[in-house]
Amino acid sequence: MSIALKNLPREEPFAPGHSACQGCGSAIVLRMTFKALRPDETAVVAFATGCMEVVSTIYPFTAWRIPFVHLAFENVAAAASGIESALKALERKGLFKSKKKVHVIAFGGDGGTFDIGLQALSGALERGHKFLYICYDNEAYMNTGIQRSGATPFAAWTTTSPVGSKIPGKPQFKKNLVGIAAAHEIPYAATASPAFWADYIRKVRRALDADGPALIHVLCPCPLGWRFDPSMTIDVARLAVETRFFPLYEIENGRKYRITFKVPRPKPIMEYLKLQGRYRHLTRPEYSDLVKRLQEAVDSFYHWLEHMEKATSDL
Amino acid sequence: MTVSSGELKKARIVGLTGDEAVAQAVKQCDVDVISAYPITPQTIIVERLSEFVANGELDAEFVPVESEHSALSVVTSSALTGARVFTATSSQGLALMYEILYITSALRTPVVMAIVNRALSAPINIHCDHSDTLGARDSGWIQLYGENVQEAYDLIFQAYKIAENRNVLLPVMVCLDGFTLSHTLERVELIDDQDALSYLPKKLCYPFPINPERPATYGPLALTDFYFEFKVQQAEAMRQALSVIPQAMREYEKISGRHYYFFDAYGLEDADVAVVCLGSASGTMRYIARELRKEGHKVALVKLTVYRPFPTEELVSALEDMKAIIAMDRSLSFGAVGGPLFEDLRSAFYDHEKRPLIGCIVYGLGGRDLTPSDARSIFKYGLEIAKTGMVPERVKFVGVRE
Amino acid sequence: MSSKPGWREIPIGAVLLEPGSSVKVRTGDWRTFKPIIDQSKCIRCLLCWIYCPDASIKVMDVNGKVDRVEIDYEHCKGCGICERVCPRNAITMKPEGE
Repeated sequence: MSIALKNLPREEPFAPGHSACQGCGSAIVLRMTFKALRPDETAVVAFATGCMEVVSTIYPFTAWRIPFVHLAFENVAAAASGIESALKALERKGLFKSKKKVHVIAFGGDGGTFDIGLQALSGALERGHKFLYICYDNEAYMNTGIQRSGATPFAAWTTTSPVGSKIPGKPQFKKNLVGIAAAHEIPYAATASPAFWADYIRKVRRALDADGPALIHVLCPCPLGWRFDPSMTIDVARLAVETRFFPLYEIENGRKYRITFKVPRPKPIMEYLKLQGRYRHLTRPEYSDLVKRLQEAVDSFYHWLEHMEKATSDL
Repeated sequence: MTVSSGELKKARIVGLTGDEAVAQAVKQCDVDVISAYPITPQTIIVERLSEFVANGELDAEFVPVESEHSALSVVTSSALTGARVFTATSSQGLALMYEILYITSALRTPVVMAIVNRALSAPINIHCDHSDTLGARDSGWIQLYGENVQEAYDLIFQAYKIAENRNVLLPVMVCLDGFTLSHTLERVELIDDQDALSYLPKKLCYPFPINPERPATYGPLALTDFYFEFKVQQAEAMRQALSVIPQAMREYEKISGRHYYFFDAYGLEDADVAVVCLGSASGTMRYIARELRKEGHKVALVKLTVYRPFPTEELVSALEDMKAIIAMDRSLSFGAVGGPLFEDLRSAFYDHEKRPLIGCIVYGLGGRDLTPSDARSIFKYGLEIAKTGMVPERVKFVGVRE
Repeated sequence: MSSKPGWREIPIGAVLLEPGSSVKVRTGDWRTFKPIIDQSKCIRCLLCWIYCPDASIKVMDVNGKVDRVEIDYEHCKGCGICERVCPRNAITMKPEGE
């Protein structure tokens, strides 16, 4: 499917004037998401507590030009389930009519998805609600001040996985969210990066067209939390993919894997890490071991993805 | 409750347990979305409702969630679309919903939830006491308590009528005692399906339903300059409920023949001692009160139906001439002056010129049975207070082994 | 003292009924650097538009075709992403006030 920027809708359901930081990767992702809507479609969004929810709805101002629902931190998937079910029931009873097709889209940060929101997400996926779940992943609890989450990568600095003399950054590796989603055998699951706008918009389109739940896990570089200049957000988002650190792939029905942006000659991960203050310690020789472990993990995961793509290519 | 004849259609009489009766009422309310998680002793409500939906007897979306926290979340967001919703839980389930209780109320969604009263862990206990709902009394939910299965059934209709009133728009808990009511078969008179639908408000009742053509933002962040105002709005809604509730009850009497009010008083006209009670124990207490009155003792039983909003003026006015009042609490508020009902009553009387002596009886925790002899001893305790003019123990436990 | 509304004057339940009212917030006041577009170098690729976190690049369409892009200085926070992503170096970040 070929997309040209000039043909994307000009409407901004997510209006300017919100309080996101300069250069916020998540804000870019939010804007891009709605570019996938067709002219006869609209959306109702549900949000988990977190950066994007807080910055966009400070009473009495709202950045939202479409219906927006926020309940709490760990239940956005349940909130979305409720909206989806209610609209279905009301439509059936002739109490809800809409000129445009209404999509239900849930947005959760990495905190609200990988950790506290995982239970509700699993339930919603298992029940098969027709909705899209987008995890905007800035790899830590950013809204509360950069604390580690299950999505924080190995060795990264956060305020609760600081680089100390005994423990240098986060000791655990990042959880595989898309793998967890795929285990529910939902029609569509994918990863994305805002640097690859066409890939992301195409994926949102595929997810909205899926006949059941869909999940997209998007990497959202955070200038404040990752420690880089706000102008570098897209550079960082691009290098994450070009180093294979954050591969772009999709899984259909939990079975069929496809890498959507192939990286045959990856740049070494240090090209990506050195741009970010949260990995500054890794540029020191005493931590070269950590870099090695990280590089091995990145390489082995990508190779596994290649195997999976080949093995499931005839499905 | 009295049945008046005449214009009422002949009611269908069935034998139902409390849980079944609640499910039957919910079916007749034409709900749109039901979401629940099973917990003893609420399970039968959810099972019956899923049968109604599966058989096409009830046109609703049944969302079988993975936890109670999600159950309340689902019905709250559903209610924002204008849908009429229902959920049910008990004990630990209600405790798990705790943060959402406040959200449901603050978002002004007219959710109706049946609570089958059950003790809170630890230790884990599946039997009746009121620690679950009385523990949630500050959350901004209206609380109605049923004495028997008929009341549990009737209160569901009235709950929707109250919740969906434009001047209220607060969620309502309909409480029925676990096992004692939920699993006990009693005689129930059903109201006519058409009467139910014409009694209930016309949908959609939530004033700003989700609509892409009128996009709104629900659940924003409110800082120090706005949060307070929304809480005062909720307090005002509770105040409005004090007039909406009796009106809803009067209208219910027209279609059922049964009278409801903030409370039901037996024997107050000539009593010196009144016992105030919530839930099924009221039945035992009234039975014993009748016996004691035959023996010449001046006792009364006030069964409280509406606990939140607390009907301060009405109760004070009804009880002001008592010499002694006994508040029966089936819940403990650890470290407090007394049980929740006791504290509310004492507070209610503080500003009044006539102030009866008030004692607190804590009973029935963890489903400990309240026997007729326990009931007698409670009235006797009240009579002793009235005679001596003193409350020997502010909080007294009945039925516990020392 | 304050001109903010009282509890009787605001919609119940904290619902916000005016969509996109955040446009009234001048986040442009946050800037220390502002982007300047050299329209003669701009090829109207719209990459700056899609990558702006604050929807502060406006696409001006004329007769159904992209005519040019302009900065919404009321809301632009001056992050500099547009300068970085422009393939023709048509955007330059200059200190605010220059």
